[in-house]
Amino acid sequence: MAHASAEHAHDDHPDQPATGIKRWLFTTNHKDIGTMYLVFSLIMFFIGGAMAMVIRAELFKPGLQLVDPLFYNSMTTNHALVMIFGAVMPAFVGLANWMVPLQIGAPDMALPRMNNFSFWILPFAFTLMILTFFVPGGAAAGGWTLYPPLSIQGGDSFPMVIFAIHMMGISSIMGAINVIVTIVNMRAPGMTLLKMPLFCWTWLITAYLLIAVMPVLAGSVTMLLTDHFFKTSFFNAAGGGDPVMFQHIFWFFGHPEVYIMILPAFGIVSEILPTFSRKPLFGYDSMVYATASIAFLSFIVWAHHMFTVGMPLAAQLFFMLSTMLIAVPTGVKVFNWTATMWRGSLSFEPPMLFAIAFLFLFTIGGFSGVMLAFVPADFQYQDTYFVVAHFHYVLVPGAVFAIMAAVYYWLPKWTGHMYNMTLANWHFWLSTIFVNVLFFPQHFLGLAGMPRRIPDYAVQFADWNMVSSIGAFGFGLSQILFAIVVIQCARGGKKATAQVWDANPRGLEWTLPSPAPYHSFQSVPEVK
Amino acid sequence: MSDAHAQSADSYYIPHGSPWPIFGSVTLFTLMGGAISALNGWLPAWSLVPGFVMLCLLFIFWFSTVIGENQRGLYNLAVDRSFRMGMMWFIFSEVMFFAAFFGALFYARELAVPWLSGNGVKVFTKMLLWNDYAGSWPSNGPSALGPRANGSFETVPALGLPAINTAILLASSVTITIAHHALIAGHRGQVKFFLALTFLLGFTFVGFQAMEYHEAYTELGLTLGTGIYGSTFFMLTGFHGMHVTLGAIMLTVIWFRIMRGHFTPQRHFAFEAVAWYWHFVDVVWLGLFIFVYWL
Amino acid sequence: MSGISRRIANRCLAAAGFLAGAAQANTSNGYNLPVGVTDLSVDIHHIHMQGFWWCVAIAVVVFGAMIFSLLKFRKSQGAVPDTTMVHSTKAEIIWTVIPVIILVIMAVPAAATLIKIEDTRNSELSIRVTGYQWKWQYQYMDAAEGVGYFSTLSDDSNEARQLNSGIDPQSVPNYLQSVDKPLVIPSGTKVRLLLTSQDVIHAWWVPDFGMKRDAIPGFVNEMWIRVAAGKEGFYRGQCAELCGRDHGFMPIVVEVKTPDDFKQWVGAQKADAKQAAFDSALHAQTAQVITR
Ligand code: HEA
Ligand code: HEA
Ligand code: CUA
Ligand SMILES: [Cu+2]
Repeated sequence: MAHASAEHAHDDHPDQPATGIKRWLFTTNHKDIGTMYLVFSLIMFFIGGAMAMVIRAELFKPGLQLVDPLFYNSMTTNHALVMIFGAVMPAFVGLANWMVPLQIGAPDMALPRMNNFSFWILPFAFTLMILTFFVPGGAAAGGWTLYPPLSIQGGDSFPMVIFAIHMMGISSIMGAINVIVTIVNMRAPGMTLLKMPLFCWTWLITAYLLIAVMPVLAGSVTMLLTDHFFKTSFFNAAGGGDPVMFQHIFWFFGHPEVYIMILPAFGIVSEILPTFSRKPLFGYDSMVYATASIAFLSFIVWAHHMFTVGMPLAAQLFFMLSTMLIAVPTGVKVFNWTATMWRGSLSFEPPMLFAIAFLFLFTIGGFSGVMLAFVPADFQYQDTYFVVAHFHYVLVPGAVFAIMAAVYYWLPKWTGHMYNMTLANWHFWLSTIFVNVLFFPQHFLGLAGMPRRIPDYAVQFADWNMVSSIGAFGFGLSQILFAIVVIQCARGGKKATAQVWDANPRGLEWTLPSPAPYHSFQSVPEVK
Repeated sequence: MSDAHAQSADSYYIPHGSPWPIFGSVTLFTLMGGAISALNGWLPAWSLVPGFVMLCLLFIFWFSTVIGENQRGLYNLAVDRSFRMGMMWFIFSEVMFFAAFFGALFYARELAVPWLSGNGVKVFTKMLLWNDYAGSWPSNGPSALGPRANGSFETVPALGLPAINTAILLASSVTITIAHHALIAGHRGQVKFFLALTFLLGFTFVGFQAMEYHEAYTELGLTLGTGIYGSTFFMLTGFHGMHVTLGAIMLTVIWFRIMRGHFTPQRHFAFEAVAWYWHFVDVVWLGLFIFVYWL
Repeated sequence: MSGISRRIANRCLAAAGFLAGAAQANTSNGYNLPVGVTDLSVDIHHIHMQGFWWCVAIAVVVFGAMIFSLLKFRKSQGAVPDTTMVHSTKAEIIWTVIPVIILVIMAVPAAATLIKIEDTRNSELSIRVTGYQWKWQYQYMDAAEGVGYFSTLSDDSNEARQLNSGIDPQSVPNYLQSVDKPLVIPSGTKVRLLLTSQDVIHAWWVPDFGMKRDAIPGFVNEMWIRVAAGKEGFYRGQCAELCGRDHGFMPIVVEVKTPDDFKQWVGAQKADAKQAAFDSALHAQTAQVITR
């Protein structure tokens, strides 16, 4: 085929990566960029996790032992921002970079230069954010939700955080545009939309969400900035504005954002379960429609985060009902996954273990979500550890476990080596046990009346906090195993076959040798 | 290097090794760092200059690389389609950015101001806090914030400059469409003329807008600090004005490319992208004219 | 378990430290929502338990099916996959419709209670509650007009909560949940709170009353409580919206008295001339418009 000859006109030989640091700085290769995203995400997960360890250490027992209350607040704020924008989202973009072209049979992402740009913005954005710890007044401490007027009280860190968020937003939008264009424009002939692997589908829909809401976040933080520096009155009642207006705009972004962090996870689980059940995914079409419905509904439920702000009754009822509706398409997914395992032939390799844990624990998080949706009950739950328990269940054994499942699933395809299964199994069991020790007691704490975002608490909360902290340290230490497995695997190990798993996985990525060649699908694959 | 063999219909052009993305990241960091330093008073306002210079360089370098590749015929139709979709979704993201500010405007008008003046669910708000506030739009809030000692301010009447500006933008929409049709028909002379007319109209618009701002600040008592009206007015029109300026600059660049003989009647993605952008800016203006100036 | 005995010891300590018998920190059992002492809190507890049991029921079914698959359909036990099982419209309709029905069942009482909660009419006593960084101000209206004061974290808690204070929190009665001057309300009376703030957003929350509402600068939010007669005593909560450095240290304590005792208390407050002077100064202060 006469392909790719054009590339010779440029710089180095196209079939080999450039050498040294230049490879990573200048690369336009989706695999390189995917790898950078994933490594970055792992580093951020450790940084955000270290902050969580400070939180849990301070909460280990009542009384202030370790940190100043203001520093504690910066810990929660930055923990959340780092985990969401630094760990989970980049991990998904990294997986998309690696897998979307492989799964749809494309030679690369559609806009490769922009792809590199969207990655490299991130280290700079987070440098800016981490630097806030060293400026007068300390790092942002108003919560990741940045509610004014509190956030506007911030010191020199205030504009730094805002601009860091702007940069993350620019990065996400470019990343999302790339995914959309790649999926819509670069599919191999025969790969119709309804033949696409679900990971691509969920990412396509996620990308639409990203493009729709990241600019809104940018707008909302820009208004914070002008309120602070240029005397505007968006969030100031004296000038005719309203602090609650920020919350509306923020959550218009914020709620779809939480589905941005879970839809790709749904996609991953929908890839892994069929493989290790040795049975096609049950209800493929309804999975696609359910994903789309969740995405649509996510735009009309935002005010369930603000039931206590004093909205008109009709608004509260509307947001309660629309929120409850989301349980229906999500339920369809859970039932389809269960039906996929039903009458299968299950084996329990690490990716499958993580996917199964996801199934159980995400569902528990979903249940507490539905309970939060009942407005009267939410008047009690809101801003307590019940909410903290809810969202960590959907985010940690939800999103993070799915990411780990994906890494364990595709790592041999990326590196060409099998990893240490024993260690991976240890990682799974320790994580799964400790994550429950960590977060399950937080339900009790919340119901018993412990508010979130406090560095110290009344003594009746002491017991469960201690249990939770012990779980946290255990969970944190277990993650070191993950890093070890991944690093070992990158450096060597038993050769992986093209199929990797003896479960006969479906999908174009398994037709390529392991490791996938630097330039895959230069000649267009055929899809039946 | 010779590019004779470059174009082949079935190969999707993948560039290799580009320094511009990382340069762009450093640029953004410098720009944001400059803005932060200026806002925090760490450095005087010139701290923004390096970032802006780098930004200009970034655009020049990156776009000339792309234009060069295009001129060498490296892009097949699939690449062209990718660019189109990319541009479309970029414009959509811009729409959502404006939506945030329009949302703020509607919220303030329909909810915040009425609540502050005791309507709807918030009767006690007026009774206990803002007893003598009778809110009606336009408003600078119960404390009547603004530059004037007595808290008064005036708005820009819709039928003055804003109406003229509306006419200008609508006319520019027509001229760019004529230019586009001329390009497709291969009448390059017409293209040059109507494209030039378009960006001149664009710059005129920006000039008028600057005059309007000047008047608002010096005579009407209308500033960014004039309560919620001033906030929404200047943020919406300001971001729009920035987009018009950017669009007009892009049109100018396209005009220079036309002068140098770029584009064919079949393939002229850059032209179309800028035209879409221009139409987007136009539509946003219509929204502004209706909801900010008129109603 | 030492935790439990410690908790019991603590309860005893608290009881001894305060009016014996009447003092109650929290009716929660330590792992579930308290039933509370108002009509609304009882309704809300009911909604909570109903939601919880429905979730448990669904969990039993769904997790049951999953666990069954995990045990029964193992490759290691020689299970053979049924690869033709890829779709069933009937099943999908069933598992769409059933959740909808369950949700409707749960939504009805929730909506009914919500409507009740939002009805603040016919209240017999209004109190203006203002949040500050980091204390609460209470100003009585209606029959108790003129009574008003600030309520801050009590000194012993405040001392103990300093970084490395060396004081064991367990030794402080109602650590972090006691104040210098509690809010006093009558039982059996519909009390309306008018919530606002002078700086950032706070939220007023006492779990035993079942309600939480934000105090937003520049706006006034309403909420109401009626503590059932016979449930007099102390009830504790705290600010529930991040409001800066000392967010964790702005507790709320409410003392519920019988209407007669309450009347007496109001009389005593009014009689206190010094208190009255203090009040008027405060009044002037809160009347100022908020500018930043
Ligand atoms: C990945 C992230 C993620 C996901 C997927 C979800 C999913 C859901 N969330 Fe959650 N949520 C967060 C992340 C997420 N959330 C975060 C981060 C916050 C806090 C933000 C902050 O304040 O800092 C939050 C807060 C939050 C609140 C506000 C609480 C408060 O502050 O007072 C509410 C209220 O309604 C809510 C509801 C829901 C609901 C109904 C779902 C649903 O989508 C869940 C649906 C799933 C199921 C229900 C399980 C499976 C279904 C079945 C088995 C079918 C049958 C079930 C029934 C009929 C019940 N969430
Ligand atoms: C994707 C998002 C995400 C993830 C993955 C996590 C992961 C974790 N979170 Fe977090 N969290 C949030 C999102 C997330 N969180 C959000 C949005 C908030 C709300 C913030 C706000 O209120 O504004 C929050 C708030 C929050 C709180 C409440 C703080 C408060 O309200 O005062 C707590 C407390 O327990 C907590 C704990 C943890 C823990 C222990 C983990 C663990 O899972 C982390 C485990 C990982 C590691 C530990 C790193 C790896 C290991 C090492 C670094 C080795 C060293 C280990 C040891 C020394 C033990 N988080
Ligand atoms: Cu006041 Cu939190
Ligand atoms: Cu939400």
